[in-house]
Amino acid sequence: MAEYKKNMSLEKVPMPEQEPNVRNKNWQEVSLGYTLEMAQEEAKRCLNCKNHPCMNGCPVAVRIPEFIQQLIEGNLAEAYEIITSTNSLPAICGRVCPQENQCEKFCVRGIKGQPVGIGRLERFVADWHMQQPPEEACPAKKNGHKVAVIGAGPSGLTCASDLAKKGYEVTVFESLHVAGGVLMYGIPEFRLPKDLVQKEIERLCACGVEIKTNMVVGRVQTLDELMKEDGFEAVFIGSGAGLPRFMNIPGENLNGVYSANEFLTRANLMKAYKENSSTPIFVGRRIAVVGGGNVAMDAARVAKRLGAEEVYIVYRRSEEELPARAEEVHHAKEEGIQFKLLCNPLEIYGDDKGWVKGMKVVSMELGEADASGRRRPVEIPDSAHEMDIDSVIMAIGTSPNPLLRQTTPDLNTSNWGGIVVDEASMQTSKEGVYAGGDAVTGAATVILAMGAGKKAAASIDAYLQGKKD
Amino acid sequence: MFKIVKKHRLNHESVEMDIEAPFIAHKAKPGQFIIFRVDEEGERVPLTVAGTDPEKGTVKIIFQQVGASTLALGDKEEGDFIQDFVGPLGQPSELEQFKGKKIAVVGGGLGAAIAYPIAKAAHALGADVDMIAGFRNKDIIILEDAMRASSNRLFVTTDDGSNGVKGFVSDILEQQIKAGTHYDHVIAIGPIIMMKVCVDVTRKHNIPTTVSMCTLMVDGTGMCGCCRLTVGGETKFACVDGPDFDGFKVDFDEAMSRGRMYREQETQARERHICNLTGEAR
Repeated sequence: MAEYKKNMSLEKVPMPEQEPNVRNKNWQEVSLGYTLEMAQEEAKRCLNCKNHPCMNGCPVAVRIPEFIQQLIEGNLAEAYEIITSTNSLPAICGRVCPQENQCEKFCVRGIKGQPVGIGRLERFVADWHMQQPPEEACPAKKNGHKVAVIGAGPSGLTCASDLAKKGYEVTVFESLHVAGGVLMYGIPEFRLPKDLVQKEIERLCACGVEIKTNMVVGRVQTLDELMKEDGFEAVFIGSGAGLPRFMNIPGENLNGVYSANEFLTRANLMKAYKENSSTPIFVGRRIAVVGGGNVAMDAARVAKRLGAEEVYIVYRRSEEELPARAEEVHHAKEEGIQFKLLCNPLEIYGDDKGWVKGMKVVSMELGEADASGRRRPVEIPDSAHEMDIDSVIMAIGTSPNPLLRQTTPDLNTSNWGGIVVDEASMQTSKEGVYAGGDAVTGAATVILAMGAGKKAAASIDAYLQGKKD
Repeated sequence: MFKIVKKHRLNHESVEMDIEAPFIAHKAKPGQFIIFRVDEEGERVPLTVAGTDPEKGTVKIIFQQVGASTLALGDKEEGDFIQDFVGPLGQPSELEQFKGKKIAVVGGGLGAAIAYPIAKAAHALGADVDMIAGFRNKDIIILEDAMRASSNRLFVTTDDGSNGVKGFVSDILEQQIKAGTHYDHVIAIGPIIMMKVCVDVTRKHNIPTTVSMCTLMVDGTGMCGCCRLTVGGETKFACVDGPDFDGFKVDFDEAMSRGRMYREQETQARERHICNLTGEAR
């Protein structure tokens, strides 16, 4: 390997971004991506540690130092090969993974200064690859075994991709009209362009994954029918955590109150922001988004782009406890989202026509730590006051979709609805049936779902190979 | 893509179509619904299944051309394709319980098209079925012969009396109850206001009543909560918990208010569609 001078800067090479006041009025990507020069300069900050601690933080174990070395050398095709040998959706992970809690958390450079921008480098390599002429698809030689995957979200696509590479005949059943799951309906265009998601999915299809959209497993065919009648020898359930939660406070069914899922689905999946879309969306002038996670940040930033004058994040704990990624909070603030922290809704008021006209909230303070280790918010007496708003978006979490649980009698689930699996193998209570992603864990991240899909694919392979003998 | 195998115009505003969708045709039961999308830019629109032919692999839908999407669907011809057609969604109606019982199936307007397969299935199970169907006027009466064949007695009424019978379906229902007909159960399907008025009647006489809640929806699989309504003080999702609910427990006023959420946008979209048809500038 050619000698090069390591970049000992304590900070990452800055990511070019659209100006906050420009981007909060358009739908183009916020972060524009590195140029080759920027990427190589950032790559040179990597110390290429022998024990590669970064890899231990990656749920799909991307060989990080190896791809970074290839990037430094300018061998982008090789870098891409290394990434995709374990990660089926690199352009997506490079954008939406919480790297600060994963690979970058363990980066030695992070001990003093900022860690290497691993996510940005992954994105650069994946984006470069998308610009190249498409390679000839080379589906693996079929091994004669059929596997069904339920849900074309991050976990299902990863599982399907890994199995297809091994020669399995994989069919993915998707209930919506387009594959991608939360990547399509949830995460907004300006954070994850939908063309890019579809290109990544097309690449998987070229490798032999078949996707059937408009198929609601549980209704149109039960899981048992897939196995008994259609000859699928194993099934992976990646049906996600689609069921939105509400606070159960008065006024939640008024017009102008959305679940974040509905608001984002209308905007992202149904493209309600486009002139020619026939799906309507209501955007108030003054909107309260209740919740402090990434979904809340997404909903707030979408509302701003749709023309809301004032957008508030209403969160019952303090800034420190915000579950959203720091980068998302930072971007939201830059775009003019206002944070009303230590504040909890009590009631939503409506006018005589059934539309939201205000929200009663109470101020909170932090008490003792609760089971989650975070300090529990408690109401401050006599601090109730009214917020002058005309729309509310509830972004306080989602529960696993109940459809498969209801229609598959011997599938064990926990009391909160998550599918119970053996953590090592991802196998459910039913033989040959595996599950992963939000359907098992409740709402989590894209990459954790991908990691689960990957693990399940390995278990399904072992199970079916074992059965053959 | 899904093929329109058959199209039949029932009257100037209602259209019946058979859509090729073998999986759904095999599985759909009375009371369940589908969601369609006409084209790439289309919205997702729920419609109750009006019948199936498992052998031909077709699903029958009946719709009124009232909004931009149903206008666009109605413009399609036999042999054309629509973008998406997904189902069956929702819980099937629980009809077994009506075996050997006397029931009234009440359908208002297009609701008659949805009530008809329920009446037919209950009748086939051995229920004694009175079918009460109401329309604005005689020109838009649909499925009269089919409804007659699937019920013990059929009452067709019009708002304006143009078919010789004047009154709302709830009036006919009340007349029958007062005349001494004993109903074990009433199933009311149609506009929310019609179901509300029917429940006002049945509540007085303490006759258990099932209503089919046609709410706004997006995904139809429990994901968005757009279809939520209050039933017995609890929030329910029409798409996965329903669409059938106990009429005595439904908050109809809230449901009506929620149904009006996009009225303004709907009117604009409809006008745009009509302008496209006539070729005039918006």
